[in-house]
Amino acid sequence: MSEVLVLVDHVGGTVRKTTNEMLTIARRLGEPSAVFIGQLSDEAAGVLKEYGAEKIYTVDPNSVGPYLVSPKAEVLAQLVQSASPAAVLMSSSAEGKEVAARLAVKTDSGLITDAVDVTAGDEGPVTTQSVFAGGFTVQAKVTKGTPIIAIKPNAATPEATDGAGTVEEVSFSVSDAGKGAKLVGVEPKKASGRPELTEAAIVVSGGRGTGGNFEPVEELADSLGAAVGASRAAVDSGWYPHTFQIGQTGKVVSPQLYIANGISGAIQHRAGMQTSKTIVAVNKDEEAPIFELVDFGVVGDLHTVLPAATEEVNKRKG
Amino acid sequence: MNIVVCVKHVPDATGDRKFEDDGTVDRVGVDGLLSELDEYAVEQALQIKEKLGDDTEVTVLTVGPEQAVDAIRKALQMGADKGVHVTDEAIAGSDALATSLVLAEAVKKLDHDLVLCGMSSTDGVMGVVPAMLSERLGIPGITFGSEVELDGDKVKIRRDGDTATVMVEGALPAVLSVTDQTGEARYPSFKGIMAAKKKPVETWSLSDLGVDAESVGLSAAWSTVESTDERPPRSAGEIVTDEGGTGAKALVDFLASKKFI
Repeated sequence: MSEVLVLVDHVGGTVRKTTNEMLTIARRLGEPSAVFIGQLSDEAAGVLKEYGAEKIYTVDPNSVGPYLVSPKAEVLAQLVQSASPAAVLMSSSAEGKEVAARLAVKTDSGLITDAVDVTAGDEGPVTTQSVFAGGFTVQAKVTKGTPIIAIKPNAATPEATDGAGTVEEVSFSVSDAGKGAKLVGVEPKKASGRPELTEAAIVVSGGRGTGGNFEPVEELADSLGAAVGASRAAVDSGWYPHTFQIGQTGKVVSPQLYIANGISGAIQHRAGMQTSKTIVAVNKDEEAPIFELVDFGVVGDLHTVLPAATEEVNKRKG
Repeated sequence: MNIVVCVKHVPDATGDRKFEDDGTVDRVGVDGLLSELDEYAVEQALQIKEKLGDDTEVTVLTVGPEQAVDAIRKALQMGADKGVHVTDEAIAGSDALATSLVLAEAVKKLDHDLVLCGMSSTDGVMGVVPAMLSERLGIPGITFGSEVELDGDKVKIRRDGDTATVMVEGALPAVLSVTDQTGEARYPSFKGIMAAKKKPVETWSLSDLGVDAESVGLSAAWSTVESTDERPPRSAGEIVTDEGGTGAKALVDFLASKKFI
């Protein structure tokens, strides 16, 4: 069986859940080989092995240097050359998609981004994407070169299985062209104590109807162990940071449960949440388009409904 | 300074977007407009021009069918100086790799210190063309800037990621892509609309760029769409009206019935 390269998504060495999802998908297509760029700890290697990585390619972090994305694409291009994988998978984040773009040009291969599912077809991997604000489902496949597929969070349920996890160090040096975009400063995001928005199983979001007070939204989110999101109207008003914006120009989320509060449901917002499994809305305006999408809706003022709901949730959790 | 802004003419997201039988996006039978996310790139180009003075020239470049020239017109109305429209029947159905190939050849024919792009289109939403352009042109790719600063022959950005904010810099010439956080794009003024009518727009074909027609278009695409299915509309759910606390209880009952609590 051919190798399937998975670019490990990690934060400061800690493997993210998206990586386990990608390794699970990789097993459908061949033998998963994790590609870890950074300092590989025993703990991280253990996680990769647990989710089925047969090989773990590592690259000396010093050889990658303080450059933006190019070196990662160069490492993968080198491995595509040496390992002839059946596919290369990465996370469909801004960075992952950029790695995919560069790798596609370098290896003259086709790429597919924003995959929500991948299956092994007769002639290579077949991807599923959700497009036009969730209005269409598209099945596609790469027809030239090595399939490069950027996968969205929650595309698979991670399944543990023991892989060999053989660590193989790759010798690498960045080309001059790869040194064009240099990182000159990093500010890690402050931990909110809540799950990361795109990975969360439950998202509670607020919009114009909050009037700038996100407290009821945050408290309901915390009672449910959810992430907090915001509509563009709320972000543009300066009520919540842009990193939490859900919609066409922000994050696209696909959680098990999405609770929209004081959000009218304009197309720009729907593009970011329409594929959520269960959708709930609280809005004062019974005519709000969001109610066309919901499994359950409450016509009412979020400032009274949410605190009461939070109290009720906390009571039932005991 | 010469700035080339790459823009895309896309189907209006508030209209009825659909696919052709061959799996390509229907670009003819629908209302189109300048992709909203590209307006931010035009805006940044104009702000740089305002800062650096009149010897800065802003060229708007697009690849697309006949009506794509409307996207150029809008950018000229906002204040860009001239337009280049690459159009050729052979381009229809091109994927991001082919589009970036055509764009790169067109950029090479233009004087360029800075190639500006939006963060992604609003139809395909891949967000990969700026990186592909950087790769094809062999110049730095400074992508997803939410704040942009031009410092001599360097461009610096703030890039807000999922887990960290990073500062990135690179030397010109470079490809720069910007997000909607860079600042609201201006509306064309009446004066701008009138002035745009006199601004030059050149039309180039693939042969003008020396691009082989066989290397682009649907048949040369690096990937293929197997099927497109319209998602069935969500069936209307239960809607209750809150009356003195009944809404919260009904909401929590629903969450419990779905085992979220």
